[in-house]
Amino acid sequence: MYWQADCECMSREDLELVQLERLQATLSRVARNVPFYRKKFADLNLDPDQVRSLDDVRRLPFTTKLDVRDNYPYGLFAVPLREVVRLQASSGTTGKPVVVGYTKGDVRRWSELVARVLTAGGVTKDDVVQIALNYGLFTGGFGFHYGAERIGASVIPISSGNSRRQIMIMQDYRATALICTPSYALHLADTLASLGIERNQLTLRVGLFGAEPWSEPMRREIEDRLGILATDNYGISEVMGPGIAGECLERQGLHINEDHFLAEIVDPESGEPVPAGQTGELVLTTLTKEAFPVIRYRTGDLTRLISEPCRCGRTFRRMARVPGRADDMLIIRGINVFPSQVEALMLETGLIEPHYQIVLDRAGHLDTATILVEAPESFCTDRISESQRIIETVRRRLETDLGVDFEVRLVEPRTLERSEGKARRVIDRRTL
Amino acid sequence: MSAPLLALKNLDVFYGRIHAVRRVSLHVRQGEIVALIGGNGAGKTTLLSTISGLIRPAAGELSYEGRDLAGLAPERVVRLGLSHVPEGRLVFSPLSVEDNLRLGAYSLSAAARREALTFDLARIFEMFPILKERRTQAAGTLSGGEQQMLAIGRALMARPRALLLDEPGMGLAPLVIRDIFRHILGLRDSLGLTVLLVEQNARAALRIADRGYVLETGRVMVQGPAQELLANKDVQRAYLGRDQDR
Repeated sequence: MYWQADCECMSREDLELVQLERLQATLSRVARNVPFYRKKFADLNLDPDQVRSLDDVRRLPFTTKLDVRDNYPYGLFAVPLREVVRLQASSGTTGKPVVVGYTKGDVRRWSELVARVLTAGGVTKDDVVQIALNYGLFTGGFGFHYGAERIGASVIPISSGNSRRQIMIMQDYRATALICTPSYALHLADTLASLGIERNQLTLRVGLFGAEPWSEPMRREIEDRLGILATDNYGISEVMGPGIAGECLERQGLHINEDHFLAEIVDPESGEPVPAGQTGELVLTTLTKEAFPVIRYRTGDLTRLISEPCRCGRTFRRMARVPGRADDMLIIRGINVFPSQVEALMLETGLIEPHYQIVLDRAGHLDTATILVEAPESFCTDRISESQRIIETVRRRLETDLGVDFEVRLVEPRTLERSEGKARRVIDRRTL
Repeated sequence: MSAPLLALKNLDVFYGRIHAVRRVSLHVRQGEIVALIGGNGAGKTTLLSTISGLIRPAAGELSYEGRDLAGLAPERVVRLGLSHVPEGRLVFSPLSVEDNLRLGAYSLSAAARREALTFDLARIFEMFPILKERRTQAAGTLSGGEQQMLAIGRALMARPRALLLDEPGMGLAPLVIRDIFRHILGLRDSLGLTVLLVEQNARAALRIADRGYVLETGRVMVQGPAQELLANKDVQRAYLGRDQDR
């Protein structure tokens, strides 16, 4: 089943023609409308009119998360704000989250692309789709919502959290498709078990999971315990959100919607293209975005491209499942967090010193996040009310700004390991 | 999808000393209506004249049915099946309507011409009954809309596979424009003609087009399905005469 067969199955020759035309128009637009790109091209003495082939894209500069942050909030928008109908956000490396915008046309195209991913994952208009991803500034909830409505499915916009209620609604509304993070799917499976509900008491058929790395054993466990067919999908807010790539039922990699995104794989260190088929950092250029086009965006996600034809008939190349990150970004319960962000927020409270360690683990199937913080030397740890105040202030600050509930623990001064070079800030004990 | 009937890749064209067309890539598939829109001096007419062989491109690729068109003389281009209906219609005023049409068959071989002069002429009269009514009248006495129909009919006499239409709505009343555009749509639907349409009246053009390209100072700024362009705020503000603040 295809959503837009004429696009998804077009010949590579036709695709490259469309990609070049769209790339050239996008470059003309950003050079005219976005001062950041105009200046960047001028600084590098680069004439975007000289981009005459898809390979020429390599001559263009990268856009990084730092660039997006430096232009907070609207500096990279290519249309006036009055043409923007939606704003979403994603966590930044420090401090404020980055803002992305969509025109009416962007929202329409976004819906179509998510509809493709949903269709590839087996969702049809007859499905009852439970979207247990966070609705809000995060692109996941609304992204899938619009795509599922576009298909004509019945959408349950339940958002994330409250597992018992999720299960009740899943049973009562006879949900047939589940959309959430893979770890949350397993958490729901645990909840089912604790409630004594068997998988055959559910009507679930398929599940689409993403927003965090997962593995084949996790897939098998989800499929087995929920009695569904599970597919992986990929999105990143700075580029669009969900709808960038998704697995078909062959489940041998995620088809990238290449008529709307130009994908490259580069060496994360040198920025040079890696040999075909090798793993590196995924770099994406938007080909049709109006409000927030990005040129060669460094996603930070590691993957490789699969060019062999897929049995499903789609001609779009696939990206392998993302095994991890090129940078130090952490994904905690589907939320993106940079250690630098945690540090900045903690120091802002003025209560603690920059000696801390983030410990990630899994309790059951959900991530747990703990921060060990050294108490200031001057501080007398036996004053319990004082330490409670520090812990509570830091915890609240992180929860409000990052949306992650860290457990904060004060430890004695000079007890955390000091290394010669970069401090080992993160201990990740999670296994997939 | 088959290979495009007409494909331009990285085309640069100078009009005198002006760099009128800058690295334009666009394509038209068999049976498609593609609109090329943009303001005055955007490079639309230069682009069309380059395709029909009136101007040589400075750089880039220009192909029709996979063969290189760049540098071919205009009459060779017509013989390949690409007919250009120029801006301002340019009918031969003192000649009768029928003679104007017959002239359109000049590029055909003798045998094809004989056939065209009987069958095609009859079919064109059927399509445009007003031309039949006025077949003996001097073309110069026709109204603007009728002259446009005559210009299109004359181009059809060359038995083209694709029509290049330059501002068919220019100087015509809105109702007449609608009529002309309905005819263009009909040519595609009944004859399977492929159409590349240059038009300042962006709304009328996009309503019948499948896809469109927006040219600005010689560059393609926006491209996509016609429906998307009609809804695009940039296009609306610049070419559809809609003020967003109202």
